[in-house]
Amino acid sequence: MHDFALHRPRSLSEATAQFTSGGEAAYLAGGHTLIPAMKSRLRMPDALVDLSGLGLAGIARDADRLWIGAMTRHADVAAGAAAIPALACLAAGIGDAQVRNRGTLGGSVANNDPAADYPAAVLALDAVIETDRATHAADDFFQGMFATALADGEIITRIGFAIPQAAAYAKFRHPASRYAIVGVFVARFAGESTDAWRVAVTGAGPGVFRWTDAEAALAAGRDGPAMPADDLNSDIHAGADYRAHLCGVMLKQAVANLA
Amino acid sequence: MQMTLTINGKAHGVEAPAATLLVEVLRDQLGLTGTHIGCDTSQCGACNVLVDGQAVKACTMLAAQAQGAAITTIEGLGSPQALHPMQAAFREAHGLQCGFCTPGMVIAGLEIVRKHGTQLTPELVAHELEGNLCRCTGYVNIIKAIVAGAAAMETVGETANA
Repeated sequence: MHDFALHRPRSLSEATAQFTSGGEAAYLAGGHTLIPAMKSRLRMPDALVDLSGLGLAGIARDADRLWIGAMTRHADVAAGAAAIPALACLAAGIGDAQVRNRGTLGGSVANNDPAADYPAAVLALDAVIETDRATHAADDFFQGMFATALADGEIITRIGFAIPQAAAYAKFRHPASRYAIVGVFVARFAGESTDAWRVAVTGAGPGVFRWTDAEAALAAGRDGPAMPADDLNSDIHAGADYRAHLCGVMLKQAVANLA
Repeated sequence: MQMTLTINGKAHGVEAPAATLLVEVLRDQLGLTGTHIGCDTSQCGACNVLVDGQAVKACTMLAAQAQGAAITTIEGLGSPQALHPMQAAFREAHGLQCGFCTPGMVIAGLEIVRKHGTQLTPELVAHELEGNLCRCTGYVNIIKAIVAGAAAMETVGETANA
């Protein structure tokens, strides 16, 4: 690994100041994407700013949202997000036990890996992403492969997930990496309109996206529609046609497991 | 950079570049070579150690991130004369062949006990071991060892936090 300066700030303002103090900097959350990327020299930042000392971990509930601190580990979400069982279940299926003891919600969401699990929950649960300087709606946050609405140096502080009437996440996972080949998160909220259902798909395309045809079908009480393969990923793990098929299968599984 | 790490109950002053991984400090600077480097890509679990009682992959954590935490390596569990119950169970159940993955498997066993208690089923252990790879045994005896080791920990009143 290329060497770097390590900063361990005690406040958000100190962290952002260190981030801009010269050279290329990166924030270190759980490190389970960043450190492997640095070991393979895909990333060679001059400075790392460790976010673990800012008090950004924890889970709290208010009337209609479950708020999870950005530095909350996957294992703690799996154990502590009982208000949204589908979210706890999703967290329990990320990586493996050791990875879940280190990886964080904020790190995953800021990274926006196109096959990551959390972005599907953030989008389907109409979450708000709070940062050191702004509040982002989930619908505006994810902007394609590894791209988000975050400005350079912006730090996610916590994410508020709308508490649904029922939700479920179904994932066809890669057996080695455990990332989603396709993952579908389905959430049902109060009301009769088409807004009552939100369906988000991860792993299938260049970034997480809402499957609006499926939302309309669920609202109308119809079977899920076929997913067009045109814009989906094709790689050594799965072709676009297969991923399109899996979207339908994962949608059915999620709908069957709504809780 | 200068750092202080608490390993197996003892504080160690370490001077190392910020980019140094926890597993590198353990093995190369402190001679604690029981923690192995298998894949070096966060997959295999041979480098598992306990950080504040939780199993983590020491190849995917900077040594500097471990400052202030209590780290337990395989050397901190038992001694050759008095093995930890989880170690003894691996010997008893023949839960190893070449032994390379074994330190990480023992640590993973303690992680399973921490989360699920001492009464384990083979199905649960098989599921929870997904972050540990063994290329010799087919896992059957490893799973038997962890089930037996967990039960033995209850008998002797050992905690998963070592």
